[in-house]
Amino acid sequence: MARSVLSLPNGGLARLGDIPRLRIETFREVIVEAAPDRRLVSLFGMPEADGRVRLIAILARAGEPALSATSADVADRYPALTPLLPQAHLFEREIAEQWGVRPEGHPWLKPVRYHRSYRTGRDAWGRREEDPLLPGVSDFFEVEGEEVHEVGVGPVHAGVIEPGHFRFQCHGERVIHLELALGYQHRGVERSLEGGPDKRTIHIVEAIAGDSAVGHALAHSQLIEALSETEVPPRAQAIRSVALELERLANHAGDLGALSGDVGYLPAAAFCGRIRGDLLNLTLLACGNRMGLGWVRPGGIGFGIDFQPATYRRISDSLPHALFDLERSFHLMRTNSTVRARFEETGALPGATCEELGVVGVAARASGIERDVRRDFPLGRYAEAPLAPSTWNSGDVFARARVRWEECSRSADYILETLRSLPRGASRQEPGPLQPECLAVSLVEGWRGEICHVAVTDARSRFRRYKIVDPSFHNWMGLSMAMRDQPISDFPLCNKSFNLSYSGHDL
Amino acid sequence: MLRALLQRIRQGHRTLPFPPPEDALPEGFRGRPQLDAAKCKDGCRECADACPTGAIAVEPRLTLDLGRCLFCNECVNACPTGAIRFTADYAMAATRREDLVVGAGRTRLAEPVDVTRRKLLARSLRLRQVSAGGSAGCEQEAAALGNVVFDWGRFGVQFVASPRHADGILVTGPVTVNMKTALEKTYDAVPSPKIVIAAGAAAISGGPFAGAPEVLDGADRVLPVDLYIPGHPPHPLTILDGVLRLLGRLRGSA
Repeated sequence: MARSVLSLPNGGLARLGDIPRLRIETFREVIVEAAPDRRLVSLFGMPEADGRVRLIAILARAGEPALSATSADVADRYPALTPLLPQAHLFEREIAEQWGVRPEGHPWLKPVRYHRSYRTGRDAWGRREEDPLLPGVSDFFEVEGEEVHEVGVGPVHAGVIEPGHFRFQCHGERVIHLELALGYQHRGVERSLEGGPDKRTIHIVEAIAGDSAVGHALAHSQLIEALSETEVPPRAQAIRSVALELERLANHAGDLGALSGDVGYLPAAAFCGRIRGDLLNLTLLACGNRMGLGWVRPGGIGFGIDFQPATYRRISDSLPHALFDLERSFHLMRTNSTVRARFEETGALPGATCEELGVVGVAARASGIERDVRRDFPLGRYAEAPLAPSTWNSGDVFARARVRWEECSRSADYILETLRSLPRGASRQEPGPLQPECLAVSLVEGWRGEICHVAVTDARSRFRRYKIVDPSFHNWMGLSMAMRDQPISDFPLCNKSFNLSYSGHDL
Repeated sequence: MLRALLQRIRQGHRTLPFPPPEDALPEGFRGRPQLDAAKCKDGCRECADACPTGAIAVEPRLTLDLGRCLFCNECVNACPTGAIRFTADYAMAATRREDLVVGAGRTRLAEPVDVTRRKLLARSLRLRQVSAGGSAGCEQEAAALGNVVFDWGRFGVQFVASPRHADGILVTGPVTVNMKTALEKTYDAVPSPKIVIAAGAAAISGGPFAGAPEVLDGADRVLPVDLYIPGHPPHPLTILDGVLRLLGRLRGSA
């Protein structure tokens, strides 16, 4: 039998021609039969010159250091993977929406972001160009019966957060199902990146999800470095890991505070809010921006931004204080019986459900799944200095808080250790031209979870297709499942414990 | 309880005075840019060519549009003569869009709103935040104003959950086509007289997404904007400074 998948490492490059082009039946078999052993990292469509669409899948297998890629050409329809492989559900909805290819037999084929098909005239739902296209207007699950009612929330929410529509089917207080309708934040990120890279590319990438600017900038940079076969200096790799871990620390600290605030325990909420700010200020100190914009760039770190000895001394001096205060704050939460009562057994997500849905990041690790790009597919500094994943097994709000705290502690140690042994030398190696007609994959463990960027270049080395998978894309369905059988009043708490990105999902 | 109190004592008073002390922002912070056209070489347009959002014009004279600026430093890196530099000055908000275009001279910061609204709102302003394609960067910096460090509650400013309880809205993001209706409805739900604030490069001009068909390139394409707050994202101090100026509670240079 001909080779069915091509193996390539994280940050690896493959000639487009070397990626197996299977018959769709074989493609399905390869993907479905490999599950649950293999996991879908990305699945997307790319238009071909002959009018067909090439489906490309990137798969990961636990314990295997390489990813695998495979593909198949389809016309306007193909038999859906979702009935056999639930983790494909949103990818296939996306393929239908973007390219007007219908995955036949998909159990709930709805639009994802409410935009027109990228192949003009090919709409998976047979909608005409002149028909209005309104976000959130589609079918929803409906439950009928006595005392069953529906609660709709959003797109504009009560807090200072991004927009999205949630629809709950409830029996009294109990949630039977939560369905999400997102897409309000759709800015056309992937389309904007096509034809690049150009001077705007990195700025669009940093705005995919503003709270994960470092994570996405790093994923993009690794991709450019793979496509241009650039060797990043060790000093730059070390500093980039500091940037990524500081981003994780600040966001986790903020989330711990917000969780505490959501159950009305204000001391820890106030402390963590302040600590988060102190951590953002360390990022500001290092790169001039609290969100880390401009810090990570293809080839290394931003021009003109290198650590002065005084800067890293200040980071090394301040970090232990921030961590100590955070530890005390988390201790207050952990030892407060009211907080415990609200956190424990709330929004529990079983590990088996995580596996089925392909959940990543904090949410997966809180359900006992050891899944972490930094350990599974390490690049740069993580390949030299491994970082153990933090896990907990109860899968509830408490577990997601507990994992966050432990990751804060490990990230702080990692940063301090990295700064102690910061390599000397250059912090930037200007990337050369990109290889034409190639595909590259880049994974980063952002603070929410696995960030995946895939790029395919054309004959002129421009981006022909740029595919982004934010961890939120995998995880929103996890939140829906965690809400089943929960009182609706616990939704804000459950939602905060996942803290997913709307813009990262909507792109 | 005792432990919480002990921690409270240990963590101490953390609210930053406003206006903040000189060293509140580190040297590398990229705030208001300073232009020195006298240093420009004839016919040089390196900065304009390097700018990802077309914020810089060199003809007829060197200007930089803070409403488009991503504060990314590309112009500074490109300039052969050091004619542009970013200062640690956080005060940048303006009431008129054209005031965001800075040249070499003095710039006009935000001015107070009309007397009617000032009388009503100067001592108590409630805002509804609407993210319309924002990436969560601007949203987080806006939310940070509620924490103990920036604490804009001490000036009577607060975010509220419902537009019905609000005196105005603070918009972030480039305003996506998909959020246009929701933004308009939220605005309509706020009782008059009301104010509209656009915070961040995206909300002012579309930022990195300017020109994309999926976005409308800023809040003022949809609503009458009273205050423009530059930044990518704006620092909480930049937002606070702008809002206090709009309310007539802060005047003159920062």
